[in-house]
Amino acid sequence: MTVSWPHALAVWRRNATMYRRTWWLNILPNFFEPVFYLVSIGIGVGAYVSQMGGMPYIAFLAPGLVCVAAMNGASFEVTYNIYVRLTFEKAYDAMLTTPVEPDDVLAGEVLWAVTRASIYGGTFFLVIAAAGLAPLPRALLAVPIVPLAGLLFAAIGVAFSLRIPTLDLFSFYFTLFLTPLFLFADVFFPLEERLSPGWLRVAEALPLLHPVRLARAAFRGAPAPILVWDVVYILGVSALLLAWARRGVRRRLTS
Amino acid sequence: MIVELANVAKHFGTRVAVDHLDLAVPAGICFGLLGPNGAGKTTTLRMIYGVTRPTTGSVRVFGLDVTHESRAVRARIGVTLQENVLIDAISPVENLRVFGRYHLLREPALSRRIDEVLDFLELRSHASVPVKSLSGGFRRRLAVALSLMNEPELLVLDEPTTGLDPAVRLALWSRVRALQARGTTVLLTTHYMDEAQRLCDRVAIIAGGRVVADASPDALIRQHLAAEAVEVDCTRDEETSLVRTLRPRAQLRVGGRVILFADDVAALVAEIRRSHGDHGRLVVRPANLEDVFLALTGTSLEGS
Repeated sequence: MTVSWPHALAVWRRNATMYRRTWWLNILPNFFEPVFYLVSIGIGVGAYVSQMGGMPYIAFLAPGLVCVAAMNGASFEVTYNIYVRLTFEKAYDAMLTTPVEPDDVLAGEVLWAVTRASIYGGTFFLVIAAAGLAPLPRALLAVPIVPLAGLLFAAIGVAFSLRIPTLDLFSFYFTLFLTPLFLFADVFFPLEERLSPGWLRVAEALPLLHPVRLARAAFRGAPAPILVWDVVYILGVSALLLAWARRGVRRRLTS
Repeated sequence: MIVELANVAKHFGTRVAVDHLDLAVPAGICFGLLGPNGAGKTTTLRMIYGVTRPTTGSVRVFGLDVTHESRAVRARIGVTLQENVLIDAISPVENLRVFGRYHLLREPALSRRIDEVLDFLELRSHASVPVKSLSGGFRRRLAVALSLMNEPELLVLDEPTTGLDPAVRLALWSRVRALQARGTTVLLTTHYMDEAQRLCDRVAIIAGGRVVADASPDALIRQHLAAEAVEVDCTRDEETSLVRTLRPRAQLRVGGRVILFADDVAALVAEIRRSHGDHGRLVVRPANLEDVFLALTGTSLEGS
């Protein structure tokens, strides 16, 4: 069985229909969250930090936070929201009485998570651009990284969600996986200045590191060979996890 | 045949949900699957629309192998699940629009079809209010409306009227008959005997994952019992003597009560009146499917 994109799009549109009704409720926190981080850490903490990674602290922080916004947008969608649709709303049971197949459900949900990530990350980008923290036009190169980051965290989250028996385990996912990533994946301080070469190699496993490095390179206008590896990591890990999730979604939806 | 199951079994681990089931549903009829909860009805339906794969045997719908062509099969069938799956926050019209897109309906056909099903199931008056504010009967009708979006050739209804009040049940039955009149084949499960007897041209009684009888309701009653039933309270000794003298076609015992079946019960009634007097709460009534189920399986259909 392969994905039928028209059917996947119908799944995507179900979520879009629901989201449209409450978009302003969702957009507003999106808008304020980056402002709070930038003011508190960028301006507050930044006042005591003259330089970080060779630039003013707030400028160092801004591209990383764009990726964090994309990560959060995708993650909420493929964890709590998918679980609710699967278990409480039984939305997938209804879809599977129609020509929609499990693969289409997965593709539609991932596509929707990427959309949510793009809305989150895009809003964040607009805020920092308005604050003069995104050097235009070259920082625009960071915009396509937002859906890529969304894809990566949609793949990770959906693979996790399909294999857990209860909703309670999502708190582990957020506290023991996403929070450490947020704190230790190059967003707040440059890993390469704090870790030994051996540990730096280990740190390459951290998923958030890759979109952050790409976004920061775009903001700086400093391409480097390692960025190819970042793109390969994002696409490769996403593909592997989605292949695994495909088996999971069939197992959960059919018997 | 619209639906054909041949020697189908379904095991979940060590549990046998369906056990060598044979079923054939001809075009244009209303076919009822009867059985107590846990008899394998829902599993059988899920195999028919291709969400559950049979462990052994073959399931063909419209002549297609469901296991390999589930997408093509589901494009031509409508399924109303036992539990309504509606989106509470949005209106019936929006629910129908979301569902129609699963069938790849596009404007203007989508809106036209929404109008048709709104009229057909009389949902127009509340078409634009959030679903969460609707009554149980309205929600059920909307659930049926969703499954009609693709103008199905086969409509599958899993316990369509469970938990509904009598007026809503009557309304839904009339809709099922109207669909049948237009040529739609209907396959439903129920544990309501009146529903099966009124709606179904043919019923299959399922118990323990097997079909134990399969015919029209009248034929089942004729084959296994007789046209009329006489119920009376009596002891086992009295039953033995009644059966010996009156030779009914069949008899059933339910607690302290005996049901005797005969095509002409006048003689039975006269004899019981003579031997029992006015005691025993004598009732004469037509034999029904509940009696057939009791006779065939030894258990009550309502699962009491």
